[in-house]
Amino acid sequence: MQQRTVKDVRELQEITIKTDTRDILSHATIQAEGLEDYFLIDIDAHVTESSFWNEIIDLIDNDVIRQMGQAMMMRPGTTTALLNTQPGTLYQHVFGRIPHQAVLAEAVDGSESHRFTELARRSMDAMGIDYQVVFPTPMLVLGMHPQEEIEAAIGRAYNRWLIERILPEDERIKGLLYLPFNSPEAAMDIVRDFGNAKGVIGFTVTCTRNRPVHHNQYMKLYAMIEETGKPLAFHSGFHWGDPSFLQLNRFISMHAISFVHYSLIHLTNWVINALPERFPKLKLVWVESGLAWIPFIMQRLDHEFMMRVCEAPNLKRLPSEYIREMYFTSQPLERSNMKLLEATFDAIKAGTQLLFASDWPHWDFDPPSSITTLPFLSEQEKRNILGLNAARLFNLEVKRMRPRAKDVLAARPGVA
Amino acid sequence: MQSILIGKAAAFPNPGRKVVEVEGVSVGVFCRDGKFTAFENVCPHMGGPVCQGKIIARVEELIAEDKTSLGLAFSKDHTNVACPWHGYEFDIATGRHQGNPRLRLRPVTIEVVDGDLRVTLPEGTRERIARRRQAPLREVD
Ligand code: FES
Repeated sequence: MQQRTVKDVRELQEITIKTDTRDILSHATIQAEGLEDYFLIDIDAHVTESSFWNEIIDLIDNDVIRQMGQAMMMRPGTTTALLNTQPGTLYQHVFGRIPHQAVLAEAVDGSESHRFTELARRSMDAMGIDYQVVFPTPMLVLGMHPQEEIEAAIGRAYNRWLIERILPEDERIKGLLYLPFNSPEAAMDIVRDFGNAKGVIGFTVTCTRNRPVHHNQYMKLYAMIEETGKPLAFHSGFHWGDPSFLQLNRFISMHAISFVHYSLIHLTNWVINALPERFPKLKLVWVESGLAWIPFIMQRLDHEFMMRVCEAPNLKRLPSEYIREMYFTSQPLERSNMKLLEATFDAIKAGTQLLFASDWPHWDFDPPSSITTLPFLSEQEKRNILGLNAARLFNLEVKRMRPRAKDVLAARPGVA
Repeated sequence: MQSILIGKAAAFPNPGRKVVEVEGVSVGVFCRDGKFTAFENVCPHMGGPVCQGKIIARVEELIAEDKTSLGLAFSKDHTNVACPWHGYEFDIATGRHQGNPRLRLRPVTIEVVDGDLRVTLPEGTRERIARRRQAPLREVD
C-alpha cells in the first residue's frame, strides 16, 4: 500500500462566541451541497433582540414607558430593560458548551446592513436556506409580564423595528408580527396597522402565558386575522417560574416539558371550543414544540370526546381531524426512535402539514439534514417539508434566493 | 493511505487538542496524561464540527452510601469534548458519548514516529465521510 506524507495541513480553531456563523455552520454548508436543487424555507429562526434592545426601546410610542426603558438601559450591564427575564435563560448554552446560543459576537465589518440582517443572511447562506422567518427570543416570555401595557408597548415597538429596520433590508427575511395577546385591543391595532407591511407574512402569539385562547375577547381578533388570509402561529417557550415547574430541579427537565405544556393547553382549548368551526379559513401553525406531543393529544382528545360530547357540542368531527388540518414546525425534531417518528409523521400528515424550522441560533437547532436524512420520507415529501408546504401556506414564490453552497464554503473567513 | 505530520509529540500541549484539515478531511487530535487519541471531526449526531468544541472535565453526580445526592462535581479522571452544535459530550480518551456509549466518534490512527506525531487516513476517507453525511439516519451508530 502506498503511503504519502502530507506536511501542509491547516489548523482549525476552537469554535467560540467570536467564530463567524459561516464557519460554525460550515459542515451544514457541506451538507447543503447535496441540496442545491431544493427550495428551502426556515420557518423559525431567532433574533437575539437583547443585542439591539436600545433600538427597540427607542421605538416605544408611549413617552413615559419609553423613558422608563431608556433610563433602565443607562445602567451598565442592562440588556433587556422592562422585560420579565425568566430564570434559566442563561442556562441555555449549557454553560459555555454551545457558544452560538450564548451570543454571536463575530465581526460584521464591511456589511452595510443592520448587524442582525447580516447574521441572518450568513445563517441562511450557510444552511442553504432561501427564506427565513424570524421570531424574537427573550420576548417569548413577555406574555407572563405582570403589566399588560408593557407587553403592548414592547410588542408594538418590536414590530416597528422589524418592519422599519430589518425586513426592508433583505427580501429573504420574513416576519410574523408579535401580537400582545394580553391586550386584545392592542393586538387588533397591530393587525390593522402593520398587517400589510412589506415582508410580514403572518402573526404570532407566544404560548407562554395564562390566557385562554377561546375567550370571547379574542373572537374579533381571530376574525380580523382570518380576513387577512395570513396564518396565525403559536410559538411556544419555557417558563421555569410556573408553579408546576418549580418542582423540576434541572433546566433539561423544565425545558423538555415546558414548551409542550403550553402548546397542549392552547391547542386543547382551541379544538374543544370548536374554534376551527368558527374560523374555518384561519390557518394555524404550532411552532417549536417538536412533534411527539401531537399524537398524544390527538389520541387523548379523541378518546375523551367520544364520552363527553356534551362539553364540546360544536365539534362535528373528531378532535384529531381538526388537528390534522393544522400546520406544525419540525424543530426540535425527536429522532431517537424512527418507528415512533414515522408514525408521528403519518398521524399529522407531515407530507403536506409539516414545515421545516431550524431555530437557529438556539442550542437545540436543527439543520436541513434533520429532514433529508429521515429514511422513511419520499423525495417529494422531503421537498414539501423543507420548503414547498411553507411556500403554499405563506404564499411565497418558489424561487432560488440563496448563493451556491460551494461559493459560501469558499468565501467563509475560516478558509482565508 | 495518507499520513499527516502534525508536529513533535513533545511539543503538543498536555492536556491539549489540535484540529487539522488536509484535503477536505479534518481530524481532531487530543492529548491527556501524555496519551494521544484522534477522531474524525464529524459528529455522529448531525455532522457538526465536534472536535472544535469546548474541552471540559466530565460532570459527575456524587451519591453517598445512604443514596443521598452530594451534588455535582468535575471528574478528575475523564475529560470530554463538547460538540459546539448541540453539546453532545464525548470522552477524549475513548471517543464515546458520556451518557450513551454506543454513540462514538470515529477513531483515526495516530502514532508517534521518531518523535513526530503522525495521523494516518485510509484512502477514500473524504468520500466515505461525504456519503455518510447524506446517508439515511440509523437509530444509534
Ligand atoms: S452535531 Fe454534534 S451535537 Fe449535534
